[in-house]
Amino acid sequence: MLKIDELKVSYGGIEAVKGITFEVPERKIVTLIGANGAGKSTTLRTIAGLVKPAHGCIHLQGEDITSLSPDRIVSKGLTLVPEGRRVFPDLTVLENLKIGAYLRTDSLEDDLNWVYDLFPRLKERSWQAAGTLSGGEQQMLAVGRALMSRPKIIMMDEPSLGLAPIVVKGIFDIIQEINRQGVTVLLIEQNANMALKIADVGYVLETGRISLTGSGRELLANEAVKKAYLGS
Amino acid sequence: MEYAISVLLSGISVGGQYALIAIGYTMVYGILRLINFAHGDVFMVSGLIAIYLTTMGLPLPVTLALAVLITVLLGFLIERVAYKPLRSAPRMSVMISAIGVSYLLQNTATFVTGGQPMNYPTIPALSKMVTIGGASTTLVTVVTPVLVIALVFGLVQLINHTKIGMAMRAVAKDFETSQLMGIKINRVISTTFIIGSALAALGSILYFTNYPYITPTAGAMPGLKAFVAAVFGGIGSIPGAVIGAFLIGICENIIKALPFEGATTFVDAFTFALLIIVLVFKPTGLFGEKATEKV
Repeated sequence: MLKIDELKVSYGGIEAVKGITFEVPERKIVTLIGANGAGKSTTLRTIAGLVKPAHGCIHLQGEDITSLSPDRIVSKGLTLVPEGRRVFPDLTVLENLKIGAYLRTDSLEDDLNWVYDLFPRLKERSWQAAGTLSGGEQQMLAVGRALMSRPKIIMMDEPSLGLAPIVVKGIFDIIQEINRQGVTVLLIEQNANMALKIADVGYVLETGRISLTGSGRELLANEAVKKAYLGS
Repeated sequence: MEYAISVLLSGISVGGQYALIAIGYTMVYGILRLINFAHGDVFMVSGLIAIYLTTMGLPLPVTLALAVLITVLLGFLIERVAYKPLRSAPRMSVMISAIGVSYLLQNTATFVTGGQPMNYPTIPALSKMVTIGGASTTLVTVVTPVLVIALVFGLVQLINHTKIGMAMRAVAKDFETSQLMGIKINRVISTTFIIGSALAALGSILYFTNYPYITPTAGAMPGLKAFVAAVFGGIGSIPGAVIGAFLIGICENIIKALPFEGATTFVDAFTFALLIIVLVFKPTGLFGEKATEKV
């Protein structure tokens, strides 16, 4: 569904991503794991159109989206839940959800109900300013907001960052639920253990290159991965 | 008593005119974190456009509407040509670009007018004399505050209750995430400049009606006062800018009326001194955001 070929990205003269190739099959959960600075966020930001790659191409359902602007990419069904949630703090929860559907002109009713079903907490707080939500609620809102664009594929940048373990578990349950409902997921995580457990396919990113590939289960059992990312 | 009323009335009137300019400063700052130094000159050029259009002999309402339209186009073009290419440059560079545009407009005005003061057309509907509480004044004094309040009400509705308004609030907070939502930020920024320029053009009509002529530097002082009003009210806040502008207009006229020798001469210095005192006690202005830096 999403194909990345030989992608190279430079930031101020430093090559952060050094030619990576990987694929996200339809309806699967794919995860990129790796240490801080391995180029995970840069990869997602490039796919979303926020950063222009120096080399390589990105195909979504066979269509080249490499040089498209972020709004065009969203309209093609690809969305990114950014690192650190980045909800709009002064907008209400409902406005945050509506702004996720900014490009849509049809009725939002069904999707609002869908998001409220996934995250009943958001419905209770619908009139509250998003800045007053807890970290976990903000993460729910960031995911809900992304879903409002009716994506075919949702990319998530460190959804577990700074959240309590119990909240993280809730978020990961939701990721699986969204996936079951037909949305393809590309997830990047430092919490490699959690990510690999739910992933169909995993890629290990090391200083801008992919060093290992396998199913989530294979990588969980891999000695090198265990040592470097699972802390055992 | 009549004297006090007339001082207050001219304060409210000029304050309203500052308010229309101040909104442009504060909205552009809210979105781009840019002090648009060219804004006062756009205000001046708008006056000159009205003067030159008058010589074409069109009916007055058409002339004024055209002047507003051309000013809007000018504001839009300035953003596209001078600010947009610097979108990812340091903020200081954009500010220098704004200063450049400011001088370009002043110099062009000097070139076109030959530096001669130009007579502003008389607008009978605004310059008719009326008497309020025993003080006689022109109708523009009454029209200004009413128009300002109506426009601000409309603008606040637009920002709080429409899709483009929601996008403006989002872009003001976070460019990148707004882009991820599919918002075309350049379109939102252009809209901001269009609104700001339209209000400055209206302010220009109301302001210059009270003055016999326009010179190429006629926008500098009202522009600066409006900027001060925006800072005073808390830059980034529209109601703040409007209240700040009314306060400055009123204070200015009270200072002018004080029975000291030189009160009229020192009025600008005193107005600014007042601002400094307020900012010492309330650094973010009356309605300023707590966190002024953009995340």
